Amino acid sequence: MSEQVLFKNRRADCRPASLADYRAGGGYDGLIQAVRTMTPDDVIKEVMDSGLRGRGGAGFPTGRKWSFVRKDAPHPRYIQCNTDEMEPGTFKDRILVNTDPHLVIEGIVLCGYAVQADHGVFFIRPSYDADARLLERELDVAREAGFLGRNILGSDFSFDIDVHRSAGRYICGESSAQANAIMGKRPNPDKNSHMTDSGLWGLPTVVNNVETLASVPAILRNGVEWFKSLAASPTGDGTKLYSVSGEVAEPGCFELPGGTRLGDIIFGAAGGMLPGAEFKTCLPGGTSTSFVAREHLETPMDFDSMKKAGLSLGTGSVIVFDRNTCLVQATINILTYFARESCGWCTPCREGIPYMKHILERIEAGEAGERDVALLQRVADGMQHAYCGFAPGAAMPVHGLLNHFRDEVREHLGGRGCPFKGAGVVKPGLWTTLDRDAAHPDAAHRDTDSGDADAEGRDG
Amino acid sequence: MLPRELEQEIAAMVRDTDHVEEKIIDVIYLLQRHFGYFSDEAMGHAARLTGKTEVELEELATFYDFIYREPLGRFVIHVCDGVACWMHHENGLFDYLCRKLGVAVGETTPDGLFTVLPTACLGNCHNAPAMLVNGEHYGRLTPEKVDRILEELRENADTIPLCLCR
Ligand code: SF4
Ligand code: FES
Repeated sequence: MSEQVLFKNRRADCRPASLADYRAGGGYDGLIQAVRTMTPDDVIKEVMDSGLRGRGGAGFPTGRKWSFVRKDAPHPRYIQCNTDEMEPGTFKDRILVNTDPHLVIEGIVLCGYAVQADHGVFFIRPSYDADARLLERELDVAREAGFLGRNILGSDFSFDIDVHRSAGRYICGESSAQANAIMGKRPNPDKNSHMTDSGLWGLPTVVNNVETLASVPAILRNGVEWFKSLAASPTGDGTKLYSVSGEVAEPGCFELPGGTRLGDIIFGAAGGMLPGAEFKTCLPGGTSTSFVAREHLETPMDFDSMKKAGLSLGTGSVIVFDRNTCLVQATINILTYFARESCGWCTPCREGIPYMKHILERIEAGEAGERDVALLQRVADGMQHAYCGFAPGAAMPVHGLLNHFRDEVREHLGGRGCPFKGAGVVKPGLWTTLDRDAAHPDAAHRDTDSGDADAEGRDG
Repeated sequence: MLPRELEQEIAAMVRDTDHVEEKIIDVIYLLQRHFGYFSDEAMGHAARLTGKTEVELEELATFYDFIYREPLGRFVIHVCDGVACWMHHENGLFDYLCRKLGVAVGETTPDGLFTVLPTACLGNCHNAPAMLVNGEHYGRLTPEKVDRILEELRENADTIPLCLCR
């Protein structure tokens, strides 16, 4: 196994690491070092030099984002830690919080120190209520230990963190929408203001994903060179959490060198395909990325390499599809999700996504012809004119479908309908028979996230 | 009338914050848990305690999927319909649950115990097909597991406390 930085304290018994566990492995040493020996600018420089980029999907250089907070900016300043994570296929942040809550907390505090913030808000989705409770408990522990609250470790830096429970809706993952949600407004995105100037309550706010912030403590502890050396590709920077789901033998979340090849993630870490399944394609970074062609299995999973291949890394959440899964149907499922989750603010998104879904349903039913495929392409292209990144993201699987699987789409046309329906198509992942634990006893140790799949089938 | 304790808990929550807006969702959650859903009466209390208008609250209540303006069962079964669960035949899971409980998606069993709802990806995709009940994640579901879970919830319905987010 390659070096585990974020999952260093991942335990076989699924229990989240305690403060003592975390401290034993050097936890909070980064913070101690920062407040005692480093200026906020030193911290920003270190993070900037490390090459760390936002792990929530956008890939923006983290240190640069922090440097946007002006030195003379007003107080209070805020850190928004994004744990919304609602995109299908994505579950790394849930596992990370459950593995090592203090790692995440230290990351937020360090970010707070770097931009001299006063408050942190941990934004967490409602289906992670158990995680919200865990964090509330561990925040108390951190406060008690002097890592949080007034005059942290005897310095003149004071910073505290609140947990904010969301009430659901994927758009809350978008940073400005999230700020609106916290401020009790309807969470539409707001592209007119820069969060680092005018975010929460009109004050400077830095928004980062959980995984991004959790990468910071080890950078401070071990240095920039070390961090860079962890990656498998020149711009992979550090390690990356890849979550793998779908028709693979051992789905789960794996910490691997940043820039690990897509194929190695699927056929190495995730144990290859389920018995009876054959690889067809995957969504490499969650449902707002494109289906890939087979040759993309060679592509390193980092922001730059993926971009060069015409793909995007997204959240690094690989959803794997079997040869017998109809990709038109899969895309309909994905668009149903996006149509439901659209905030409805702008027309291309509100009208366009249901329209794409409608066209695909006609294709699926055999009621469409070539002209409909061309129309689908046009509507998908039009999504780039929407107000925020949600709609272009929703169009990505459609682009992937049309770019790499147009033949499969065509098989549906001219009255034929879905070629995957009917006899002879055996699905490997039938839910009535799928007992992964029985099929793969050695995979069990990997499920260190919140104790899934115990005897009661409960994994909370 | 709200129970005194709840009234005080919410009042303290509102008093101890710089921005009451930040607490609106928490207030709604507390009232929703008390009333079983975010009823008109609950809405009235929320408006009174936060100083917001009912229209402002309605604007939020109708946007979010964990706020319920209609009555629902004691246990809400949130079934994931994300693509990983779909691939593992989430359809069959809905089917099975609905047949077993004698309801359609969105309906509540006559005994008031269960409501089945579709839900956005639960962040449990590696354990597909997955569902969430009362804050508890269940994955790698099979018909046998579903039976056991329903049985357990039914048997302990009186003693299991409801989680905040329902
Ligand atoms: S693109 Fe969609 S989510 Fe974004 S503002 Fe428009 S309607 Fe809302
Ligand atoms: S797709 Fe079902 S839990 Fe993520």
